[in-house]
Amino acid sequence: MSRRSKEGKILLLQGNEALAEGALAAGCRFFAGYPITPASEIAEHMALKLPALGGSFIQMEDEIASMGAVIGASLAGVKAMTATSGPGFSLMQENIGYACMVETPCVIVNVMRGGPSTGLPTYVSQGDVMQARWGTHGDHPVIVLAVSSVRDCFEIAVFAFNLSEKYRVPVVILSDEVVAHTRETFVIPPQDQIEVFDRVKPAVPPEWYLPYEDTGTGVPPMAAFGDGYRHHVTGLTHDERGFPTQRPDEIDALMRRFFRKITQGFHEIQRVETFMMEDAEIAVIAYGSVARSSHRAVIEAREHGVKAGLLQLVTLFPFPRRHVEKALQQCKAVLVPEMNIGQISREVKRVHLNSSRVETLNRVDGRLITPREISDCLIKMYY
Amino acid sequence: MPEGMTGLVHKYLRHDKKFPHIWCPGCGNGIVLGSLIRAIDRLGLDKDKVALVSGIGCSGRMTTYADFSTLHTPHGRALTYATGLKLSREELTVIVIMGDGDATAIGGNHYIHAARRNVDMTAIIVNNQVYGMTGGQYSPTTPYGSMTTTSPYGMVEHAFDISALAVAADASFVARGTVYHAALLDQLIESAIRKKGFSSVEVLSNCHTQFGRRNKMSSPVKMLEWFKENAVRMHATAKMKPEELEGKFIIGVLADSERPSYNEEYEKVRELARGRSTAPKPPARCEG
Repeated sequence: MSRRSKEGKILLLQGNEALAEGALAAGCRFFAGYPITPASEIAEHMALKLPALGGSFIQMEDEIASMGAVIGASLAGVKAMTATSGPGFSLMQENIGYACMVETPCVIVNVMRGGPSTGLPTYVSQGDVMQARWGTHGDHPVIVLAVSSVRDCFEIAVFAFNLSEKYRVPVVILSDEVVAHTRETFVIPPQDQIEVFDRVKPAVPPEWYLPYEDTGTGVPPMAAFGDGYRHHVTGLTHDERGFPTQRPDEIDALMRRFFRKITQGFHEIQRVETFMMEDAEIAVIAYGSVARSSHRAVIEAREHGVKAGLLQLVTLFPFPRRHVEKALQQCKAVLVPEMNIGQISREVKRVHLNSSRVETLNRVDGRLITPREISDCLIKMYY
Repeated sequence: MPEGMTGLVHKYLRHDKKFPHIWCPGCGNGIVLGSLIRAIDRLGLDKDKVALVSGIGCSGRMTTYADFSTLHTPHGRALTYATGLKLSREELTVIVIMGDGDATAIGGNHYIHAARRNVDMTAIIVNNQVYGMTGGQYSPTTPYGSMTTTSPYGMVEHAFDISALAVAADASFVARGTVYHAALLDQLIESAIRKKGFSSVEVLSNCHTQFGRRNKMSSPVKMLEWFKENAVRMHATAKMKPEELEGKFIIGVLADSERPSYNEEYEKVRELARGRSTAPKPPARCEG
């Protein structure tokens, strides 16, 4: 059911559908995927909506092929996405590395379920955080974003495409089974109110074009296949022209540019949300569906006189160090609840300067961490 | 600039950018690239609208040297990238170069599904029956009994028939040639590119360095003679008994049929979707 308000279209959507809608609003016109619980609704929604928009949906023979097709589409100049869960995400890593190497914009959604291996197809987990960061081989930066609500799914999908297009990197959206299947009302904003960024195309004639040129931003303009630039794209380490190189100076320049372009964009890539942090003496650092439990937990803890606050990480990688450090300096203790044995908490511990306590709260039984579990922890830590 | 046939090939090479090439003297890859270029020239294709996609291995380097939009993908994955390209940019002529390892080992699944799906593109499989670049290990097409670095006592597995695989998967056009029969190869590649839908051209090629050397064919000439002596034209096979065809290579067009390509089918889906004023109800599904 949908009706219209002044602000836009009001819909009752589940996270997966909102994510697909966000991708379409961002200009995604290609989707390749392989069925997997709990991510399949994203593919189904795209299969339904893309053809009328002139886009393409294809169900490939596996997740390796899906990721390959996504990169192929992006090289042809079309915004492209795939969605999967843990087992499929493992299969995609090879081609995600290729996307990093040839700087191809694309968005990969991983709706996390319990693992390792087939694990818990229908139950929630946050076990793939480090895989999202380090899943493919080689030294490379990657952008990883986490969603916690239906609204997030839509907005972060747009944000992910924009970052991907702007920085020419694959962007991973980590969703989870709870976010994916929770239904909420959501107002889809009118298209003209959605800020969409498209990749920069070369302005020079083909004979001057350097597809991997070291520009000021570190992001070279990107020509599409068929535009007349006839450039070479290879997963081999390449020079500015895109041809394989073994020269130490050229290898070093390429590797460092990969990192530099992301580092230069920290200010807009690293996004966090805060709740009641102004006077907080104790903070919860959370992401994904656990951030919603934490939101409630902070309110409950405040009712018990605990000066609690929430730092919600939207960007997991590049790790929002500045924001976390600020919370660590301000608070005497922080709590990192996660549905794993401790992945982001290790990052928090890595950046903290022993000025405060870092506690963890872990659940790995396929169930969401409840607000009560978090608030109990906060009360215990505070008093 | 050289004249004649060589001059024509040079028109399509990045000779000012990335030469000399890495192939061994006498390698069959050069003959395949020459055939491909002559076919493209004869078809009068616009260089800007040709996308050449390759996998990993010696044949994969073809994309480095040819002056089109070129894409050198991870091992075995070339067809998946090509699928994304063709679906998103219909006007491109998409040609995929793979080795036997690419197409039938690591990328075997992609190969059969690309054939079944019938996306409009051409796959050229350079079958040298060995992993040449990594030092001569056996591949799924290494003949039974052959010596390779990983079958030092002789190959005990039986070889894949790549083209039979494509026929079974219902590819619209399937052909086999060899680097000895270069004029035929020109024609086969030309027909394959012309074909709407998925077309596959398997080319028996020589790796005298890694395969021939260990199997009593250490020079390119000996290997080409092997192709010459054992090749049988498709039309001649009708009169031959199965035992006569043992160990022979059937060359020519092996299958040629008409069915709508994926691209044509999907265009119908787009029209159907556009025609509907309201979105259809999603199919009923069971959660889980």
